[in-house]
Formats: sequence, structure tokens, C-alpha cells
Amino acid sequence: MPEDLASFPDLKDVQEALAARFGPALAGSAFRLGELSLKLAKEELRPALEFLKFELGFETLDDIIGLDNSASAPAGGARFSVLYQLRRAPGPLRLRLSVDLVENETLASAVPVYRSADWAEREIFDLLGIRFDGHPDLRRIYLPEDFTGFPLRKDFPLAGDTDGV
Amino acid sequence: MSNGENHPFVLARLDAAITWAQKNSLWPLGSGLACCAIEMIATAAARFDISRFGMELFRASPRQADLFIVAGTVTHKMAPIVRRLYEQMADPKWVVAMGNCAIGGGPFPTYAVLQGVDRIIPVDVHVAGCPPTPQGLLHGLLTLQEKIARSHPTKEILKPHARGSR
Repeated sequence: MPEDLASFPDLKDVQEALAARFGPALAGSAFRLGELSLKLAKEELRPALEFLKFELGFETLDDIIGLDNSASAPAGGARFSVLYQLRRAPGPLRLRLSVDLVENETLASAVPVYRSADWAEREIFDLLGIRFDGHPDLRRIYLPEDFTGFPLRKDFPLAGDTDGV
Repeated sequence: MSNGENHPFVLARLDAAITWAQKNSLWPLGSGLACCAIEMIATAAARFDISRFGMELFRASPRQADLFIVAGTVTHKMAPIVRRLYEQMADPKWVVAMGNCAIGGGPFPTYAVLQGVDRIIPVDVHVAGCPPTPQGLLHGLLTLQEKIARSHPTKEILKPHARGSR
């Protein structure tokens, strides 16, 4: 597979359209294995999702992924990353948006743009404790509602706080 | 029955009759929590044929069952439901903890998994294995039958509060 964005003219157009619209907010761009990844300032996430869906045709949000970077991030740096996997059919064309967050920072919910963000954001809140502003029903989805803590954070003990009782 | 305590011979005969009926017509609850359920299903199917021992009728309702085979990992989220199913079963009832997960959390010493179903309901027989083979489960069920045969249901009728000592 060619490792060159120039051989994917559709993706290249998408990248150029985003760069023209959100130029200063785009913090980085990487292209590997036919997938384009763009890093974005968190304030521009919602406008970027709307732009991608309504003007560039990325109608599907496949998944949202949360990462705890505390092993690699510098102190006071971006502890969490949130990744948005977008898809445009036909093609399919895939695009990944990533946003960095420091501890206790919240993120605009993607639910008003993509309905499929609902459970994905609940999952990230449940396991990592990242809050999404404007989510219609942000509560735990996998763990019991009385659970305390966020188990996929790197500082959460595997056995939990209660020793399995 | 009213002066039964003065006639232990009669009580013993009644116990034998009752436990003979109980142990040979166990009605398991059709409930599987994880991969152990596959072995439980195999135990119920033609090759291992649980009905040879008088317990082929897996019931879909706890109201109609008196044997709870806890087959698999009990998560904290599932634990209140397992407890509720047990409480919905009619007395007398028995519990088999099938597999290492149900016995003590198995390979999951984590925040999400209950470290043994005996923390929420009383267990009569533990069947170890990951998962136990159908032969293992059948051995556990035969052990349970022996345990039922040794029990004294008439004592429980006359002294309901002594039930824990069975």
C-alpha cells in the first residue's frame, strides 16, 4: 500500500479543505496505512465534526476512543486523548480526529452531530471519567451505577477499591 | 407429626422418603453466565444426558426451579440479579457453583468481578475447573444428591430456624 497521501486524492482533498477552514487549530497530521489522522484543538472539535459531516459527507461516526496517556505525557500535559473515527461512503474514506485534554477538562459532546456518539461517550465517561458537555444522558453504561472511580485510568488499582466484595 | 420429636424412627423414615424424591427430581434453573454454560448445556444434551439422574428439565423461571447452577463469571453488575433469582426460587433449593469464576473469581481478580458467588448466596457444592468438564459437573451433581440424601427435611419443617445447619 502506498504510504503517500498524494496517491489518495479524495483524502488529500479532505485534508486541504480542513486545513483551509481550521488552519491554526490543526496541530498535526499523519498518514499511515491509508488512514489520515488529524490532531485538533479541543475548542474546534464540534465545528470540525459539523463541517466534516455536513459539507464533506463523513456521515458515519464509527467509534470514539479514549486514551489515558499518563505513562507518556509530561506532568501537567495532555493526560487524555479522545479519538473520533469517521467514515465516508462510498469509498470508504476513513479519517481520524484526535483531541488532547488535560486532567479535569471537559469536551463538547458529539451527540448533536452524530447520534452514534451517545453510547461511545457514555463508555468513555464510565471507564475514563472524561465528561462530555451537552450529552443528553451521561451516566455509566457498563459498570454498576454505584461504582466509584474510573477503572481504565492508569492509576486505578486492578482489584478496585473494595477487594471484590 | 405434632409429636414427631418423640419418635425419631418415624422421622427418619419420612426424611428418607422426602430426600429420595428431592434428589431424584432436581429442577435446574436454565441460567448461564459465561463459557461454563456451554459445558452445562453439553451436560444436558444427548452425549452426557443429565436426565439419567432425574434433572433434565431446565426451567426458564426461577419459580419452577430448585437447583441453581451458577455457571460462569459473576460480575458486580450481575450480582444483584443472581441474588434475586436465588430468592425467587421456592424452598427447598440448592446451589452449585460451577467453575473457578463462580467459586472465587477465577482468572479475574478485578474490580468488575465478584470474587466468589458464595459472597451473595449459600453454595452447596463447588465444581472446580475452567471450565469443568461435563463429567466434572455430573460428579458435582451426584455429590449434591448424596448431600440431599444425608439431609433432614423434617427437622426443617418442625424447626424452620435450624435450616442453616443442613
